[in-house]
Amino acid sequence: MAELSLSRVRKVYPGGVEAVKDIDIAIPDGALCVLVGPSGCGKSTLLRMIAGLETITEGDCRIGAGRVNDLDPSDRDIAMVFQNYALYPHMTVYDNMAYGLRNRGTPKDEIEARVQEAARILEISPFLDRKPRALSGGQRQRVAMGRAIVRKPQVFLFDEPLSNLDAKLRIQMRVEIKKLQRALGVTSVYVTHDQLEAMTLADILVVMSKGHVEQQGSPLDLYEKPASTFVASFIGAPPMNLIPVGAGENGPQATGLTGGRGLAVPAGGATLGVRPEHLMVVAGPVPDDALGITFPVSAVEAVGAETFVYGPIGGSGQEIIARLPGKALLAPGTPVSVAATAEHLHLFDSQTGKRLGP
Amino acid sequence: MTAPLDTPAPKSVRRDWIPHVVIAIGIFITAFPLWVAFVASTLSNPEIAQAPMPLLPGNQAAANYGEALLQGGRSGRILTPPVWEMMFNSTVMALSIAVGKIIISILSAYAVVFFRFPFRMAFFWMIFITLMLPVEVRIVPTIQVITNLNMMNTYAGLTIPLIASATATLLFRQFFLTIPDELVEAAKIDGAGPMKFFRDVVLPLSVTNIAALFVILFLYGWNQYLWPLLIGTDARMQTIVIGMSKMIDSAGGPTDWNMVMATAILALLPPVLVVILMQRWFVKGLVETEK
Amino acid sequence: MERKVVFPQKLLPYLLLAPQIAITLVFFFWPAGQAIWMSTLLQDPLGFSVQFVGLENFQAVLQDPAYLATMQRTFLFSFGVTALSMIPALLLAVMADRVVRGATAYKTILVVPYAIAPAVAGALWLFLFQPSIGTIAYPLRLIGIDWNPRIDGTDAMIVVLIASAWKQIGYNFLFFLAGLQSIPKSLIEAAAIDGAREIRRFWTIVFPLLSPTTFFLLVVNLTYAFFDTFGVIHAVTQGGPGKSTEVLIYKAWYDGLIAQDLGRSSAQAVILMFIVIGLTVIQFRYIERKVHY
Repeated sequence: MAELSLSRVRKVYPGGVEAVKDIDIAIPDGALCVLVGPSGCGKSTLLRMIAGLETITEGDCRIGAGRVNDLDPSDRDIAMVFQNYALYPHMTVYDNMAYGLRNRGTPKDEIEARVQEAARILEISPFLDRKPRALSGGQRQRVAMGRAIVRKPQVFLFDEPLSNLDAKLRIQMRVEIKKLQRALGVTSVYVTHDQLEAMTLADILVVMSKGHVEQQGSPLDLYEKPASTFVASFIGAPPMNLIPVGAGENGPQATGLTGGRGLAVPAGGATLGVRPEHLMVVAGPVPDDALGITFPVSAVEAVGAETFVYGPIGGSGQEIIARLPGKALLAPGTPVSVAATAEHLHLFDSQTGKRLGP
Repeated sequence: MTAPLDTPAPKSVRRDWIPHVVIAIGIFITAFPLWVAFVASTLSNPEIAQAPMPLLPGNQAAANYGEALLQGGRSGRILTPPVWEMMFNSTVMALSIAVGKIIISILSAYAVVFFRFPFRMAFFWMIFITLMLPVEVRIVPTIQVITNLNMMNTYAGLTIPLIASATATLLFRQFFLTIPDELVEAAKIDGAGPMKFFRDVVLPLSVTNIAALFVILFLYGWNQYLWPLLIGTDARMQTIVIGMSKMIDSAGGPTDWNMVMATAILALLPPVLVVILMQRWFVKGLVETEK
Repeated sequence: MERKVVFPQKLLPYLLLAPQIAITLVFFFWPAGQAIWMSTLLQDPLGFSVQFVGLENFQAVLQDPAYLATMQRTFLFSFGVTALSMIPALLLAVMADRVVRGATAYKTILVVPYAIAPAVAGALWLFLFQPSIGTIAYPLRLIGIDWNPRIDGTDAMIVVLIASAWKQIGYNFLFFLAGLQSIPKSLIEAAAIDGAREIRRFWTIVFPLLSPTTFFLLVVNLTYAFFDTFGVIHAVTQGGPGKSTEVLIYKAWYDGLIAQDLGRSSAQAVILMFIVIGLTVIQFRYIERKVHY
């Protein structure tokens, strides 16, 4: 087992395109780090650089004490689970798992023991003699995991391993991956574009955008204190409401907004952020330091446990979303007043999108 | 390419027999020359000469095939070698060409698809252009090259020049491009280098393509005509197809038709058997090589 | 199309390519270059001196009435073979597409001639058409047709035409049948509901949808008739009687190897090269179009 560290890692393609910019990430031994971001943000490239499938243009990648930049993928002591599983279609499940070990000259009985053990853990023992095409998607996924486990590597790499599964199976496998990773205690890097998957799995969550790290930390830190509007809108669903505000005498100023005293809006204005789930319906006036928003309801989505209420705000006409518990009896066209308490308000620079204040 | 199981197009039940009749006629046209050839190969020459020739097999089969196989046929003053020798030559030619083409094509396709190196596309185009240079358009200079290399009347001369293959290379290239990138990456992580990946993954995955190509190329090699006519001028190196055609006296002199037909049957039997026994791969091969 | 993931080795690919490239250079490029070079040379009849004459050989060949007659004959022959093999094949495929049972067995039988060498196919039909003894020639004589492909050029042409086309029917049949089976049945049913009768349905719906297959087969069969029928002609008629079955390939071979007229034979070879290039380009353009469909 080992820790994994990336320092000042860059990737520049021959055409001059900079896919990964100056990245520093340190993952302690046994932790699960999730790289999340929209497609094209460089997360997969970064993972493949750790695997050795892409060269590292600059910077260091260390596994344990050793720098692995110049090692072949097979010499880095890593194992990878691919999005489409990449199982060898002509080999049995057993051979798929044993292939890497055979190539390393692992003794036969050792291979047998490891494959059987992995199959037992993943509950795929009955399928060892089958070819991948005779398996369901979920079973193939397990074989792909098995192939990684038998190697007993220092680091597991997961490249969107669940995105080919249906929604129900995805949740089930997500839980299993987490349990398995805990049980084996292997340092892992997991790439996904699904923020929910990222939040639930990560010990360390790294949000990437356009080749650089927007923010890294524990999932709840990122949720509670997003470092930028990008992170704010990427983490959490539905995304945080971001409202452009001007600087008033006592705080933010925008049509339809009240309160919010104590927020230090700079003279040029800022972006005010508030999560849909932190808005509550209020009847009377709101306290000065809380934020009140009044808007006409344009649509209501009742999903049972909660209700999403949509409507345009103030002069900008920007749509805001409130996520209200239970059933909210609101009719489209009627105005509604909602409020969020002071600790749930975020302020971002309107130009750079960076977080202002604590 | 099996018949679809869903509802057939609407049709009037009454005229259901028409397709069967038309197909029966088609099959008759296909089979009739073969049947007559077979019958002739079992008759004596006088029996063939009496017009009309009988259309049921005679009792000379053993004698005719025995004579053809062991002694060869005759046309005018030309005596062909025993047919078994010519069949042996044809077999060597067909198998070497089929196997040779498959080997060098799969290797070059592997190089072109799985590596990046200077002049890669130039090499690819060089191979591709051979499509436009069949033997027929370079008869004389090719013979000079073969003569200079002392390859006239050798198995090497009969086969090696024919084993360059754009078609097979294109087919393998097409197939290799469909192998998912992740499979290559998984193999890299599993510690397999290029040749190990070729042996453990690419080759097993190519089996059906190889089988399909084999059928097509076996026919190609066995049925060669112009090339063995140019290179195998010595009777010793004659293929059965050439030998058979030499038994026909095209000047109009007497021809031992029972010998010719026995030889023709022996000449068509191996490729026909290959096609029938490997039908599935044959159809795949046809479709794929013409893509 | 390119792979994104490749192996890093630099020398290995050259080794893998070496055999193919070596054969290509020695047996394809070098002789083809020679053919082009020789087509510009004039050798005196005794072979003592060689002279560069530019395009004179081409001029001579293209002005030679015998060559032009052969070219015309070749086109007639090629289109004849193509029509004679494609039309019956289409008819058979349409019929086979209707019978749900037995289609596989029909395919197996119909495709057999494709496996047979052109020269052997020629011999089979020559035997059937032998003037005195042939199983087909005999009844022809009975009804008063004086049939003799040894003497009559038209008769000879008919034999090589039939033999060449016969070999190809099964191949065309396979492709037509596959083409027919890939037409969605719902389209034909829709046309039936729209009131189109069977024959009208075929010409307005099925045949247009089949046109890519038809076009592809047209090119393949023309190429076959042009180049692969050498064996039929050499084995059956030797180009005769007279020159009545001599096609371009046969003439190039004859002039080069038998008459030893290297310059003119090479010029013919170069002309043939252009024909192959034309056919190949057409074929690949078609494939490109199919891909983008």
